[in-house]
Amino acid sequence: MSDTLLKVEVVTPEKRVWSGEATMVSARTLDGDLGILLNHTPLLGVLTDGTVSIKASDGSVNDFVINGGFISVSNNRVSILGESAIN
Amino acid sequence: MGAQLRIYRRRMRSVKATKKITKAMELISASRIVKAQQKVAASSPYANELTRAVSAVASLSSTNHPLTTASLNPKRAAVLIITADRGMAGAYSNAAIKEGDQLVALLQSRGLEVNSYLVGRKGINFYKFRNRKITASWSGFSDNPTYAHAKEVSDSLIAAFIADAQVDLNGVDELHIIYTEFKSMITQTPEAKRMLPLEVVESATTTGIMPMYEFEPNAGEVLNALLPRYIQARVFNAMLQSAASEHAARRRAMKSATDNADDLIKSLTRLANAARQAEITQEISEIVGGADALASASAGSE
Repeated sequence: MSDTLLKVEVVTPEKRVWSGEATMVSARTLDGDLGILLNHTPLLGVLTDGTVSIKASDGSVNDFVINGGFISVSNNRVSILGESAIN
Repeated sequence: MGAQLRIYRRRMRSVKATKKITKAMELISASRIVKAQQKVAASSPYANELTRAVSAVASLSSTNHPLTTASLNPKRAAVLIITADRGMAGAYSNAAIKEGDQLVALLQSRGLEVNSYLVGRKGINFYKFRNRKITASWSGFSDNPTYAHAKEVSDSLIAAFIADAQVDLNGVDELHIIYTEFKSMITQTPEAKRMLPLEVVESATTTGIMPMYEFEPNAGEVLNALLPRYIQARVFNAMLQSAASEHAARRRAMKSATDNADDLIKSLTRLANAARQAEITQEISEIVGGADALASASAGSE
């Protein structure tokens, strides 16, 4: 695991939708928009239904429409869980 | 052809036809076990992540959530039993039902009333035949459950849990689940687990100390959102494991049926051969006897 990148997973109950390394993740929680960069403090947040975008380490941006999800961040690992996630 | 021989041949034909069917079912189940196992594996990252998160909130925050606190004076419990829709799977469904009966007896000895929630036609028929009360039941997806099915089942369970058991007849204070754990291709065991009030299952991946999480918007809200999903994921995982176990149990049952058919065919072939041989022997002795009779008759006339 690289120390300069976030390790990101997007998972649904049925499968792991996406996993890889990223430089930034942005999502919208119940409190408002949230951007996660390296060394973010551990966090558990409830997401509103909407788009989560992941800026992958190769520069590409992956957008997922997440329904009924939440986000957990710890030790530069970001997990986005949703009942459904559409790329 | 003699009557005895014809009967043996007819029985052999019918056993052979049955063997073809059981062999086909065995092969179908064998191929489906692999698929079902893959589904269990595919659902585990989500379940592990949820378990981590729920244990983090439950252990770090001091929130008193209705879903985590045990009632001081429990009155009623719900038991969800997962069985198969179709038979031909040996003792699979019966084992789960029996485990359920034991749990119900245990709960009743603690003075609780029990509401039964059933998944799978076999369990429903078992309860209906014995005129037992079913609070809610679902069927038609036991061999290939989806998350939507798990959601439907858990939503009604959570609703029953949230309702006040003291006033509402459908309200419950405890939630138990009985499913068949898929340990390996040859071992599947029925398991009874308490889902609510929460007993957070430590996932194998959890290592070290929990980081001090920040909660957004706050711990209570996060728990509100997490717990129903945690229950759904638990129910979904139980359904997937049960589906894999069902296929494994059916494969084993059909394999022994095929083996038995083989044995039966072998012994019937022996019997048919003996009957055929006896028939030939009888014919020969009849011919020899007839020839002797003819010979002695013509000898007497001369």
